[in-house]
Amino acid sequence: MGEQIFYFFIYPGLLFAGVVGGLLTWFDRKMTAKVQFRKGPPLLQPFYDFLKLLLVKETILPARGSKITFLLAPLFSLIGGTLAAVFILLPLMNINIGFQGDLLVIFYLLTIPSLFYVIGALASGNPLAFVGASREIKLIISYELTFLLIFAAIILKSGMTINLQEIIAIQAGGNAFIGSLSGVLLFIAALFCVQAKLGLVPFDIAEAETELSEGSFIEYSGTAYALIKFTKYIMLFILPALLVGFFLAGFNWVGLGILWSILKLLLVVLLITLIRNTNPRLKIKQAMRFFLVGMNLLVIIAIILAYFGL
Amino acid sequence: MGLKKFCLKKSLWLFHFAGASCNNCDIEILDVLTPRYDVERFGMQLIGSPRHADIILVSGSINQRDKPRLLEVYNQASKPVFVVAFGACGCTGGIFAEGNTFAGPLDQIVPVSAYIPGCPPKPEAILAGITKLVKNI
Repeated sequence: MGEQIFYFFIYPGLLFAGVVGGLLTWFDRKMTAKVQFRKGPPLLQPFYDFLKLLLVKETILPARGSKITFLLAPLFSLIGGTLAAVFILLPLMNINIGFQGDLLVIFYLLTIPSLFYVIGALASGNPLAFVGASREIKLIISYELTFLLIFAAIILKSGMTINLQEIIAIQAGGNAFIGSLSGVLLFIAALFCVQAKLGLVPFDIAEAETELSEGSFIEYSGTAYALIKFTKYIMLFILPALLVGFFLAGFNWVGLGILWSILKLLLVVLLITLIRNTNPRLKIKQAMRFFLVGMNLLVIIAIILAYFGL
Repeated sequence: MGLKKFCLKKSLWLFHFAGASCNNCDIEILDVLTPRYDVERFGMQLIGSPRHADIILVSGSINQRDKPRLLEVYNQASKPVFVVAFGACGCTGGIFAEGNTFAGPLDQIVPVSAYIPGCPPKPEAILAGITKLVKNI
């Protein structure tokens, strides 16, 4: 029991994922600054932001809304994100406990944070948050199918195993999935899905600052918003880590492998950052068409190619 | 200096409230975000919702229509929040101070923590004002 609590709260769960996610958020902001020829924020900036929201700022409850749902939604999104972090990072960090959690568990747990953002936004009673929530729902509908198809393709490519540890083991020894044609196509689709799951430009439609002024999160302040920020840090770590596990043969924590693992993770985050800095925000209609037509087609082609062993 | 105060100083988020501004101040605010001045070095960023604001930056004179809206935004912001009067109009009312519709200088409506004078203030003046505010928190 004590061991499970350690896995959930400290390593590789809440604390570890949050700290690494915070550092990756700094990396993302620093690279954004570099793209725009700026200097960027200091290393610990994400933690300053988090602590300020958690300790200093006042938490305001909506006058006309469901207060309990409003406060519980960030907590549940954090729990969902942390559980997903545990099940993704245990195989990646090469820790073997009884139940590893298979891909379907990971898929469902990864859906929980965005779902609870929607619930929290709907409980806040703010019309702009309603618009944000409705956009978020449409976005979830459009990318989840693509994401599920990517999972299916990965299962097919790894010879019908749904265990992340085995999928990583199959890729060991130089045959990572990105080395094949179908792997490249799947990686591109998965990168855009991650972009949408993280709510970054071009898919930040739900929290559009300029038109909806933060959309789903408009009413959140203080501790509740700190929890949302923390969930976002965790997601920025585990989703790229999942991509590394799926396509780039996972992490290796022996000798020089450590450096190589960190480079792989930073590379995926850098790709996400570059996409976010070189694209304008899409309309919800365009985003839905992009996923439902374009990306689904790409993934189906990749599945057919994978079936023939390409 | 406690951890709370330190974190607050290191991460001030700006909410921009434009009163009856002529847009010149607003453009100078955008200058501060450009590579040359880059206010994100100090951990500041422009945010969209007053609920997340640590600093409310008020540019332009406040007339009778702006006054209730400014009070609304100020009451909606989660405390502690600091108000910065920006530009000649924000500080004193500028050339509109004698006008019919003028609703009093900003510091008679909400408590003001810092004044940045100028018409419009230079980006250097903005940075100087904001660092002074950070020192006095």
